[in-house]
Amino acid sequence: MSTRTVEFEVARNPEMGPGGTLVASPTEPFDAPEPELGADTMLVNVGPQHPATHGVLRLVVELDGETVVRVDPRLGYLHSSFEKLGEYRTWNQVVPLTDRMDYLAPLIYNCAYVMAVEKLMGIEVTDRCRVARVVCMEMDRIFSHLLWLGTWSIDVGAFTPFLYAFQQREKVYKLHEALTGARITTSATRIGGMMADLPEGWTDGVREFANNLPATLDEIDGLLKHNAIHIGRTQGIGAISADEAVNCGLTGANLRASGVPYDVRKDRPYYDYESYDFEVPIGCHGDCYDRYLVRMEEMRQSTRILHQALDRLPAGPMDVEDPRISLPSKTDCMSDMESMIHHFKLITEGIPAPAEDCWFSVEGSKGELGMYVVGDGGPKPVRWRIRPPSFVNLSAIPRLSEGHLMADLIMINASLDIVLGEIDR
Amino acid sequence: MTRSKAPPGSFFDLAAGGAGAVDAPAAASETAAVPPCNPSVDALREQFPDGVLRNEVCAGDQDVVYVDSARLVEMLGWLHESPGQQYDHLADVTAVDHGGGRPIEVVYQLWSIPHRAALRVKCELPLDSLEIDTVTGIWVGANWLEREVYDLFGVHFTGHPDLRRILMPDNYAEGHPLRKDFPLRGRFSRAEQTRRALTQDPEDYYMPGEIGGRVPQLVAEDAGGDAEEADDVD
Repeated sequence: MSTRTVEFEVARNPEMGPGGTLVASPTEPFDAPEPELGADTMLVNVGPQHPATHGVLRLVVELDGETVVRVDPRLGYLHSSFEKLGEYRTWNQVVPLTDRMDYLAPLIYNCAYVMAVEKLMGIEVTDRCRVARVVCMEMDRIFSHLLWLGTWSIDVGAFTPFLYAFQQREKVYKLHEALTGARITTSATRIGGMMADLPEGWTDGVREFANNLPATLDEIDGLLKHNAIHIGRTQGIGAISADEAVNCGLTGANLRASGVPYDVRKDRPYYDYESYDFEVPIGCHGDCYDRYLVRMEEMRQSTRILHQALDRLPAGPMDVEDPRISLPSKTDCMSDMESMIHHFKLITEGIPAPAEDCWFSVEGSKGELGMYVVGDGGPKPVRWRIRPPSFVNLSAIPRLSEGHLMADLIMINASLDIVLGEIDR
Repeated sequence: MTRSKAPPGSFFDLAAGGAGAVDAPAAASETAAVPPCNPSVDALREQFPDGVLRNEVCAGDQDVVYVDSARLVEMLGWLHESPGQQYDHLADVTAVDHGGGRPIEVVYQLWSIPHRAALRVKCELPLDSLEIDTVTGIWVGANWLEREVYDLFGVHFTGHPDLRRILMPDNYAEGHPLRKDFPLRGRFSRAEQTRRALTQDPEDYYMPGEIGGRVPQLVAEDAGGDAEEADDVD
């Protein structure tokens, strides 16, 4: 595995004292007599409608002064039981449910779902489709990380990076719109292919985006990386060791920041990821600051993958040329009896899946995104399960934040990069 | 118009082969003629000859082991600790209700980061005794995943430190939504659901003492006497 530890030229706690000497970070407790406030703790309700909870998340926090004693996350405000709804739909009709879970990286969810179903059904998609899906997934990884970057910087008190990040996100929105007609709810994939071939000039748009992104990232990095407030609020905050992170089920950038080089793209390669040249950044302290660095580097690595994928994007058909899987073209439907029958069967009955189950995990933007699909020989899933990375990542928040200050809880929550649509499903 | 066939070995080829071939995938998985791809399956069977009930290979290369629910924690602990196995990453805990009175399967997706191996462990629980030991002692990350299975399927995890509903409200009384006998739109009409929601006292949900009464381990520390109350959440 080609991984590397990113060498960061940042000194820990680099805030300068009056005489030019390094002093401790602002979060270090200072020597002053604590006023006697009594032993009672206080319960504070954070959310569910609060911008710093990044969604409809409610945290019931028990505070001792300003120190967090206990956090009890309350979920379910967005619960729509997508998994139940999926059991009443055909395999293809589930696709629109997937992008509504993680609306920050919808294409990754679209792709992961159909990849699991294709694996269950034993369908091999075309080469063009494989590469196109890689482009979609890497683009949305950046798309999701950019939103994290913007909201993260707002939580840390910096507003400018938010605007820079959203300027770049807007370009991905436009690319989504050109590809699917929708900006967020893309529903771009179908079993055996994509809903349509890539529109003309779309790859040029992606390439332009990938070309321009690193400059913006450098600009934002310049604002945050050595920023004393940013460093003071994130270094040493919410740190977790490698063993503990694995045991808590953390995945994605949160796990890699602790120094575990587990990336599904490298460890369980799918769609020829082993043939792309990219590196997996890992941190060494496992704190909020390292999560920041890891995600920033991941965006850069994703642009590398984007360039390679666009270079190798082959011509040819996008969908599997099997009339039992892919819809025939409109022209064929109108002129050819057989195509019309296939169209009718596909629309009215759907595609049958064998009575087996299948687990397929991809590296989502938030962590390991697992799809577990169970068929019964019919055209509808018996069970369709998402392994929600943010859900498991969020479950570590009591462990990460207890003992820290209330303000640090906000940064820890931001550093986990959660999306409530997927947590509540 | 050129149409190529689905790849060889796919479900479609079998299904298209005539009436006799339709049930071929089911037959193949039941006879367990397919040798497991993952050596952990054989190692587990060797270590726990009576704990492994059967195994199968799904979706081409995915190993599934059905184990005895009474010995689950012991076996998963062995898979987690044993130097040759080291399944240190519990990717998922979920359940499957096939309906028709069939037992509910609790499914554990394991992944070994050092050995890069995947294993799916399943436990079948009959509908009248939906109880299984918790694995939170092995993987802390199982906490919320088990809570979700409890919430949506009604499987009780014995020994779980904090078994409460997680996605549905604490006072949800209609049952467990992902069970097949649970209707898609719930048990009550929309009007009844609205009426119930409106008659709820919001103070019940926003009382300062709400955590104290509902988190069992804290009750034990703080008050001691309210432990029975914590069991009543269901």
